[in-house]
Amino acid sequence: MAGILRSPKIVAGLLILAFFVVLAVFGPLLVGADPTKTSGVGLAGPSAAHWLGTTQSGQDVLAQVVYGARISMGVGVLSAVIATALSIVVGLVGGYVGGVVDEVLSLITNIFLVLPALPLVIVLAGYLPSRGVTSVAAVIAVTGWAWGARVLRAQTLTLRGRDYVQAAKAGGERPWRIVFAEILPVEFPVIATSFLATVLAAILAEAGLSFLGLANLSTVSWGTMLYFAQNNQALLVGAWWWFIPPGLCIALIGAGLGLLNFGIDEIANPRLRTVLPRRARRARRAEVAS
Amino acid sequence: MRYLLRRLGFYLITAWAAITINFLIPRLMPGDPVDLMVARMNGQIDPDAIESMKKSFGLTGGSIWSQYWDYLGNLLHGELGRSITFYPTHVSSVIGGALPWTIGLVGIATVISYLIGTSLGVVAAWRRGTWLDSILPTTTFLQAVPYFWVALALVMVFGVSLSWLPVSGAYSLDVTTGFNGAFVGSVLYHAILPAITIVVASIADRVMGMRNVMVTTLGEDYVTMAEAKGLTSRRVMWRYAARNAILPNITSFSLSLGFVVGGSVLTEIVFSYPGVGSVLLKAVENEDFPLMQGIFLIISLAVLAANLLADIAYVALDPRTRQEA
Repeated sequence: MAGILRSPKIVAGLLILAFFVVLAVFGPLLVGADPTKTSGVGLAGPSAAHWLGTTQSGQDVLAQVVYGARISMGVGVLSAVIATALSIVVGLVGGYVGGVVDEVLSLITNIFLVLPALPLVIVLAGYLPSRGVTSVAAVIAVTGWAWGARVLRAQTLTLRGRDYVQAAKAGGERPWRIVFAEILPVEFPVIATSFLATVLAAILAEAGLSFLGLANLSTVSWGTMLYFAQNNQALLVGAWWWFIPPGLCIALIGAGLGLLNFGIDEIANPRLRTVLPRRARRARRAEVAS
Repeated sequence: MRYLLRRLGFYLITAWAAITINFLIPRLMPGDPVDLMVARMNGQIDPDAIESMKKSFGLTGGSIWSQYWDYLGNLLHGELGRSITFYPTHVSSVIGGALPWTIGLVGIATVISYLIGTSLGVVAAWRRGTWLDSILPTTTFLQAVPYFWVALALVMVFGVSLSWLPVSGAYSLDVTTGFNGAFVGSVLYHAILPAITIVVASIADRVMGMRNVMVTTLGEDYVTMAEAKGLTSRRVMWRYAARNAILPNITSFSLSLGFVVGGSVLTEIVFSYPGVGSVLLKAVENEDFPLMQGIFLIISLAVLAANLLADIAYVALDPRTRQEA
């Protein structure tokens, strides 16, 4: 645990994520105002009254960013939870059971890996009769589980032959208990990394869908902010304060998740660490030569 | 050879899956799209259009199996139904008009992104522990930036504030279309910003992918050996390490193609670029289900074809895959 906190990447990633979680949970208490409340001054630049300026119809951009964090991160986490659950079931069952079941599940996984996700999400969303938060999250999850399933299957394959699993098998444990009580907990770090990556993919997908006007446009999310900014010519009138903050928030959360994943990868695979003997070796060589 | 045949089989199954998913989506979703459409148009819809929609969905009555057969038969004849938005144009000709723009834009941008990203990845791996490591936080940031937001920012800076580059369309309307200098120039000029968007938003994956494989390759004995022989570092870096590291990178690249294509859909929409992305949005906005599904099918098949090409390149470059059989 102490080792984890010694990695600057992990600490930076955790700090960024903590900031956004606090923003989403407590932010609305601070900004108070209703993010959809309009005021007289439309398209005003940042000022003391409106730190991030106002939209076309005079809504406070800061309030929208803060409330938007709830929807954007909420959809991201919800669909990542659904997708991760799917990937655990498919990956662990396939990897443990093997045979025809595994062949079929792997094939389905590989198909979903190759099919372009966003166009599929767009088409599915096009058919949705109502575009509530849960249905949007479910649609995104459908296209987001395959990578995790593939990684978990590979892990399960290596664990299947381990002694303790064999012992459990010989002891007459039921297969589902072996899979979910013996194998699953060992795979927790892998599940955590793939969950983080899926959260990012889902936040991006939600933003893309909302930007196209395919999510619920009456809720405020970072994606719908960008949709309204684009559709009200924010760009042409130079209202940068309207579209820079939501996109920046998405990118920062993504950077936080990415740093965390990097840090974990580096602990798992020391070769990826950035501090490296090569340069040190060269320096030493130069020293010896002189 | 066996490797390629196996991959080919996989892509055939995946293509069949894409086609079947396309067939099933309207049936699994609540509500019949045709009835929805008719209700929404208050009966002002052309009976021919209703017929064409039913046909393109295979909602021609009969059991689900006979509908499926009709649907597959129609596809074999390239019959994707008629578009509602551009009625009575066939879906296939609407897509045919948009496809060259997308393939041109995405193709060129992807090649540029691959060349620059891979070279950066090689150098970043080679010079670990130097200032180049600061490339890492930058790439994590770039990996997470939404494509369409990059597009918006570029429009703002280079299109609106500086007025250097056009912000929408694929060519200016005052040139005659056709293969002439003015038109080609205009097309290239209009492609600059969308292409930069795709390169910026996809380059980070290439840099990181190449760096990580390269780092592993640098630990191999033959690289140490080459260094010990006293070869120049440039030679060791490109001829020994990068050359071998690039192979796994091709596979990861082909897997990320789907993301590039998805991202370019959003990019096209920001720039009103007349490719399949813009047409897809129009189709969804107008509930033009035949067009929507046709586009999803074409995009999927294009991504599969590109993946197959990457596999062929892999076999051509790596002798080990040829020996396997």
